[in-house]
Amino acid sequence: MTSRIENGKKHLLGDPIVVLNIGLENFSHELAECDTPVIQLDWKPSAGGNPELANLLSKLGI
Amino acid sequence: MELIEQANQEAIKRILSADPVLVDVVYAKDIVPNLTDKMILHAGPPISWDRMCGPMQGAIAGITVFEGWAKNLKEAAKLAAEGVITFDPNHHHDAVGPMTGITTISQPMLVVENRTFGNRAYCAINEGLGKVMRFGGNDAEVLQRLSWIRDILGPSMGKALREMGGLELKPLIARGLSMGDEMHQRNVACSGLILRAIAGVMAKTADDIKSLSDSLDFISSNDQFHLNIAMAMGKSMMDPVYDIEGSSVVTAMARNGTDFGIRVSGTGNEWFTAPVEMPEGLYFAGFTEADANPDMGDSTIIETIGLGGFAMGAAPAVAGFVGAGAASEAEDYTRLMGEICVDENPEWTIPGLNYLGVPTGIDIRLVVDTGISPTINTGIAHKEPGVGQVGAGIVRAPLTCFENALRRLAENLGIS
Repeated sequence: MTSRIENGKKHLLGDPIVVLNIGLENFSHELAECDTPVIQLDWKPSAGGNPELANLLSKLGI
Repeated sequence: MELIEQANQEAIKRILSADPVLVDVVYAKDIVPNLTDKMILHAGPPISWDRMCGPMQGAIAGITVFEGWAKNLKEAAKLAAEGVITFDPNHHHDAVGPMTGITTISQPMLVVENRTFGNRAYCAINEGLGKVMRFGGNDAEVLQRLSWIRDILGPSMGKALREMGGLELKPLIARGLSMGDEMHQRNVACSGLILRAIAGVMAKTADDIKSLSDSLDFISSNDQFHLNIAMAMGKSMMDPVYDIEGSSVVTAMARNGTDFGIRVSGTGNEWFTAPVEMPEGLYFAGFTEADANPDMGDSTIIETIGLGGFAMGAAPAVAGFVGAGAASEAEDYTRLMGEICVDENPEWTIPGLNYLGVPTGIDIRLVVDTGISPTINTGIAHKEPGVGQVGAGIVRAPLTCFENALRRLAENLGIS
């Protein structure tokens, strides 16, 4: 994502933006429909978000 | 964790250094360890008669008649229910079997020796497609074919293999991958290569021309003839990988039509099971999903060594056959399976994927972490005994098996 600074303030949407979307893919579809460049990152929380298994995995080297 | 990484490297070293050779065909009673009279070995993890699915019960009734332990199917089912017949998984006897996976004393077994480690593994000879015992078939035609395999084909193949000094399988698989096989639902290239290798010697050692002609016709008309050889090979490659302390590599995946089970190197011989899933796929004319039995067979040993669904990229034709999408999507399956494996096999490569090695060594940690479960290419049996194969498809290994195996591995390592 790009930005520019004017009068000491950041204008987040002042320049064309490129979006990296993590998680729910539907958000990326909305942006794509608006011709906004978007990259969908295929990511899920470890062990589907199961805290017990995620804890074991972290201790088993993952 | 250093212990696990080192253990998994040892597991991979043993898989990749395996040297499987098809050396013989021998009657089960003479070679399968601890196989006794009135004992039936079956596919998948342990299961009792009352929990078996229709095709499994049908195959057991059929083989009981075939062995002469009962006069008819009804009496056979009664003996099984009364406990006169004992059941045990093939995997507990150095063996494997496709679909119902029935193994009994008088069947001729393919013998694959892993010459690196000196162990042997066994599998019965493939009966062909359609109405066969591995899909629960049990009528006179099925039993007659089994008799012919026992009396003619098995001994003929054994004689030829002994004369040849064995047939090396690793290079044969490498060639098969380059010819479009993935060795689970497509074995047409490897079956042809086997025939080419053995036909001349079978002719040389044949007792009579009719037996030879029938044997060669049988092999050449069965595109899946090589499946059972690949399965015995897989078992011979994975058995030396059992019991490496700390290893999270899967050593076996198998289904009995009711439960799916896995074994993991660092947890020894323990099975981790969950209800088996229904395959999704395509059906032969006249059959639908309503006819299908849940997934079944020891043939998932093929995926355990990086072939089958893991090598889908080598066999785009299979993607269509099993209903997995367009041929161009086949490589996606192979790349996805790479996400859950420790390594690639540099000797078994896929030319169409720039000689990518097949994904090898399923790591239960990666399966649980990513939620990606192994993809299995499979045949679909009719749910009623005696009908046979009705289609082919894809099934996923249940994640629960891998989660429970992970808990046990952690417990063994004193981790909570």
